[in-house]
Amino acid sequence: MQSLKNAAAVIGVGNTAYGNFPHIDEYGLAAEAFRNAVNDCGIDKNEIDGLVVCRIPYYARMGEVLGLDPRWTLTLPPHGRMSGIGIIEAATALAAGHCKYVALMYANIGRSRRVNYGGDESPGVWDPFGFTSPGAAHAMAFQRHMQLYGTTTRQLAEVSVAIRHHACLNPDAVMQKPISIDDHENARFITAPLRLLDYCLINDGAVCMILTTADRAKDFKKKPVMISGFGGQESFTRSSISNFDMDFWHPAVKSAGEQAYGMAGVGHADIDGLMCYDNFSPTVLFSLEGLGFCKQGESGSFVEGGTLKLGNKLPVNTDGGHLSNSYMQGWALNVEAVRQLRGECGARQIPDCEVVQYVQATPCTRSIIYTRG
Amino acid sequence: MSYNKPLPKIDPVNQGFWDNAKAGKLSVQNCKACGDKRYPASPVCPKCLSSDQEWVTVSGKGTLESWVDFHRAYWDGFKGDLPYRVCLVKLAEGPVMVSNLVGPSDNAKVGAAVAVVFDAVTEDVTLPKFKMV
Ligand SMILES: [Zn+2]
Repeated sequence: MQSLKNAAAVIGVGNTAYGNFPHIDEYGLAAEAFRNAVNDCGIDKNEIDGLVVCRIPYYARMGEVLGLDPRWTLTLPPHGRMSGIGIIEAATALAAGHCKYVALMYANIGRSRRVNYGGDESPGVWDPFGFTSPGAAHAMAFQRHMQLYGTTTRQLAEVSVAIRHHACLNPDAVMQKPISIDDHENARFITAPLRLLDYCLINDGAVCMILTTADRAKDFKKKPVMISGFGGQESFTRSSISNFDMDFWHPAVKSAGEQAYGMAGVGHADIDGLMCYDNFSPTVLFSLEGLGFCKQGESGSFVEGGTLKLGNKLPVNTDGGHLSNSYMQGWALNVEAVRQLRGECGARQIPDCEVVQYVQATPCTRSIIYTRG
Repeated sequence: MSYNKPLPKIDPVNQGFWDNAKAGKLSVQNCKACGDKRYPASPVCPKCLSSDQEWVTVSGKGTLESWVDFHRAYWDGFKGDLPYRVCLVKLAEGPVMVSNLVGPSDNAKVGAAVAVVFDAVTEDVTLPKFKMV
């Protein structure tokens, strides 16, 4: 793994606007993000010989739309845990010489097509008991965390409040109105103890990233952002209760984080910003514990007082995350990591940003550490 | 009125569980080769890969590991029950199950003792649920 440190770099990023676009399909959205990423780095799009597609119905149609016949293709299912997998696999494919330039494409039309993420849309073995939806699984995990460690919903609110604060600094974010801890406490329950403000958005949009090898990365418009470390660990053996882990994915996140820190040669004190998969607010608490920013069970007190806000100890999801920017299933968070390291983030810019970590605490846990090229 | 909540999808692998539930018995799958116990069922033992599996009756006693209260109905059949409580139970024999916590549960806490009760929701299907003890 050490040989893959800084082997690949991100040279271009692009996204669409985020919102409700019933008139456009995944291919149209993805193509717009692709065009923006191509313009971002100035690559001749016909040089792109690697393609990763996620939540896009048919990889070959995507190639047709973009006019690409790549040498290497990877198709990922529409699950909210594939971005980390896709980026790591692309970096590895580049290092192995499968291709020279990879475009990673993600599109989501869940808002305009009224996707519910529960009930008959995602049948499961526990349906007869009315147990459905990823949010309910996270509610059950957070209830357990409250019971075992005394974590409170006011502490949980700190996550949503900080991330909404960042969205308000990002003119492209879907949510633009600040919220307080009391607003969180007064929001309606969906699956108690979780309330509306603990849930991610559902919106349409697309994201594209363009990656290449470190040596080729110097030839483009902007300074490359290096993929300096990564790690992964699955948790499959109790997956019949999907999106739930009895131990809050702690062992998996710990392992993925240690792999990434070791490969990149950085530690917690070096992390200028954390891009943390926030499908539901408790995931952020579990991620902080797993990565070791605090001890297991202590994330509630760790986040108190605005710890996760820009300017404080550990800025998290400076674009507004899934909770308040856009539900791009991790992809937009990786783009935000790149933009922070380039210094392109305006009012939400982390000063002197040199190291940004991405983490997804899910049944497929991944972490990636990006540094300035 | 006909029952309008989702019913289990019964197949050859899980048939025994639902047959037992209808007879008022809670069961888990047991590996005849290595004794590994689990629920839901698996076509082979995840520990030793043996196909030689059976259903064994368990005590129906367990501990509450967590719960969640649904304030949204993802199926119309649950609308009248809102909010309803789903529980996570670790059986005394080891496997972990999701079910409903029925009866008074204001004193719910992780580690609390629970016991199975049976709810014959249709002529063919009986759901094992849990109550505080
Ligand atoms: Zn066995």
